[in-house]
Amino acid sequence: MTAVIQPTDLRAYLHGLPGVDKVGAEQRAAMLGTRSIKTTSKRAALDLAIRMVDLTTLEGADTPGKVRALCAKARHPGGDAPAVAAVCVYPSMVPVAAEALRGSGIHVASVATAFPSGQAPLPIKLADTRAAVRDGADEIDMVINRGAFLSGRYDQVFEEIVAVKEACGEAHLKVILETGELATYDNVRRASWLAMLAGGDFIKTSTGKVQPAATPAVTLVMLEAVRDFRAATGRIVGVKPAGGIRTAKDAIKYLVLVAETAGETWLDPDLFRFGASTLLNDLLLQRTKMATGRYSGPDYVTLD
Amino acid sequence: MSFFEYAPAPESRSIVDIRSSYGLFIDGSFVDSVDGKTFKSVNPATEEQLAEVVEGSPADVDAAVAAARRAFDTVWGPMSGADRSKYLFRIARLIQERSRELAVLESLDNGKPIREARDVDLPLVAAHFFYYAGWADKLSHAGFGSDPRPLGVAAQVIPWNFPLLMLAWKIAPALACGNTVVLKPAETTPLTALLFAEICQQADLPPGVVNIVTGAGETGRALVEHPGVDKVAFTGSTEVGRAIARSVAGTRKRLTLELGGKAANIVFDDAPIDQAVEGIVNGIFFNQGHVCCAGSRLLVQESVQDSFLDALKRRMSLLRVGDPLDKNTDVGAINSAAQLARIRELSAVGEEEGASRWSPACELPDRGFWFAPTLFTGVSQAHRIAREEIFGPVLSVLTFRTPDEAVEKANNTPYGLSAGIWTEKGSRILAVADRLRAGVVWANTFNKFDPTSPFGGYKESGYGREGGRHGLEAYLA
Repeated sequence: MTAVIQPTDLRAYLHGLPGVDKVGAEQRAAMLGTRSIKTTSKRAALDLAIRMVDLTTLEGADTPGKVRALCAKARHPGGDAPAVAAVCVYPSMVPVAAEALRGSGIHVASVATAFPSGQAPLPIKLADTRAAVRDGADEIDMVINRGAFLSGRYDQVFEEIVAVKEACGEAHLKVILETGELATYDNVRRASWLAMLAGGDFIKTSTGKVQPAATPAVTLVMLEAVRDFRAATGRIVGVKPAGGIRTAKDAIKYLVLVAETAGETWLDPDLFRFGASTLLNDLLLQRTKMATGRYSGPDYVTLD
Repeated sequence: MSFFEYAPAPESRSIVDIRSSYGLFIDGSFVDSVDGKTFKSVNPATEEQLAEVVEGSPADVDAAVAAARRAFDTVWGPMSGADRSKYLFRIARLIQERSRELAVLESLDNGKPIREARDVDLPLVAAHFFYYAGWADKLSHAGFGSDPRPLGVAAQVIPWNFPLLMLAWKIAPALACGNTVVLKPAETTPLTALLFAEICQQADLPPGVVNIVTGAGETGRALVEHPGVDKVAFTGSTEVGRAIARSVAGTRKRLTLELGGKAANIVFDDAPIDQAVEGIVNGIFFNQGHVCCAGSRLLVQESVQDSFLDALKRRMSLLRVGDPLDKNTDVGAINSAAQLARIRELSAVGEEEGASRWSPACELPDRGFWFAPTLFTGVSQAHRIAREEIFGPVLSVLTFRTPDEAVEKANNTPYGLSAGIWTEKGSRILAVADRLRAGVVWANTFNKFDPTSPFGGYKESGYGREGGRHGLEAYLA
């Protein structure tokens, strides 16, 4: 069953969503952070988390060599660890990544739409998107127009997402809300619904260029949104926290948030991702520790 | 295997050294009972015996009150506030240092989840001692006269739901004000009070300032009726509270009572729904619902009833019931066979009277005392489960149409300990809170405690306040 919700008045619809109590939301996220994940559960969680990583490099200094190295790591993180979900790069690096990942089953994700600020005219954002898809990206991480959102021009944000979704064609669309700039949890909930109503396949917290990036509480609110959106429409939208998740311990806390908020359906690389770069190595270190009982050390994982 | 079936993560019980038997703590040392009667304290999660404890006799109570009197007259009463505060600060620090040990013992003896003992009970216990330690040398600025005096010997009887926290609520303000105490912990949960007695020794607290006399109802009666006590403080059931009030009537003893409750948690249609669901769950399933201020009546606005109950049931299905020492357990064991029988009886009455009963699928352990989180819908004010305190993980759901109706139903109970309001509208919070006859009203949260905040009841929920500056009044003349 897929019921389509097409609000005639977006403002009325988004402002009709239940509010979020900041203290309560943060307490719930903190409480779930106290879950103690041990032994078999920890092993399973570490492997799942590796399979959910969007291995990311988004630097002005990115070069084809750097991207190729990252792709090699994505295919073979180390030992018998599973491959990651995707490699996420700027549009100019998409051809390199697509070439390096061919046949691996690893997705090529590209940021687009004048990432990270989104401050460009719509035709440029669409051209940015089309170029990335043409060059081989099968996942597009777009940024919403926060300026339009914060000034209440919800229709404009909505229409931009619809247009980008169309430009994506077959590629999956992840909609970056940049929650650090939205500032309130009420805004995070509204932006989540806006992005889902407009057709986004994923909602993503952050670009990684703004602080604070992903936090457990923000992710909690977004997980509640995808859960409720599924109940209302039948469509399942994924969630991607990005930025600031550096340790295996943190990653496991996010998996607990997923399991106890949206539900275990979302414990799937198709529906939950980590946007991260340094996280992978800590997951690998902890994985080795679980297998051998000893910590190896930073020289036993590759630096790319 | 489902990820949500988290692998066992048990807290180690080896951190606490439980003796096979304990004496009474009188005049600074553990002593045997005059007549040698004992009883057992069991782990409600397994029904295993934890230790053998003395059943204090009237002669034991005599000895304890005499020791307290001596300490009051010779040491603690005359001591300066600044010096008393040093002892209290020392006790507070020792509680923090030994908090893991105390938390494990509390969980073992009471059945509460280690997560709650560790993250709620113990931090609050230490905070209470720190808070009242700070008052000890500032009593003349507390608003009770320029030179307020202690009352003397306080007889304190506490319940089994928060054994150590209730001890802290009683002992910390009493000692800060210069009183000495004889405390009787509940018969099913005496062990952390006895460990606290060891902490008093460790802190070099002068002998007789704190005395712990274990036992059941008869011991408690001997204590509160003892002519040598100046003050009685009781937390427990309204029924026992009434009996104590009768026995104290006509004497010079001062009395504070913190009794039962049947709190309404009111959810308006503009509430922050996800947090309200959390708050309702926390309000009634925290500590297995063994909370006098538990939000045992949910009053939900009819216009959001269906979606709210769906969300509540979904959330209840996530509650992890089981081994209290597992760090991931949300709901532990019912404290005793007697309490379990009472919860079962009232739940059966709820069904008989026509309410619909629902519990999430959950496997309960074979041994020990367990009760699944339970929800009753279709409850009206006339049902017994809407009026009587169940003191267990049982939530009765009622509905309302207008704010006036919500207030009327919330207040329509002989109790008046606490209430909760859930709405995003600040003006509504203030307007409704103003009309609720309850000692504590929480807005968009529930079951939050702080040593700086007074706590106590209206109507049959008792009188007197504990906590905060107000809590000093009960121990000063």
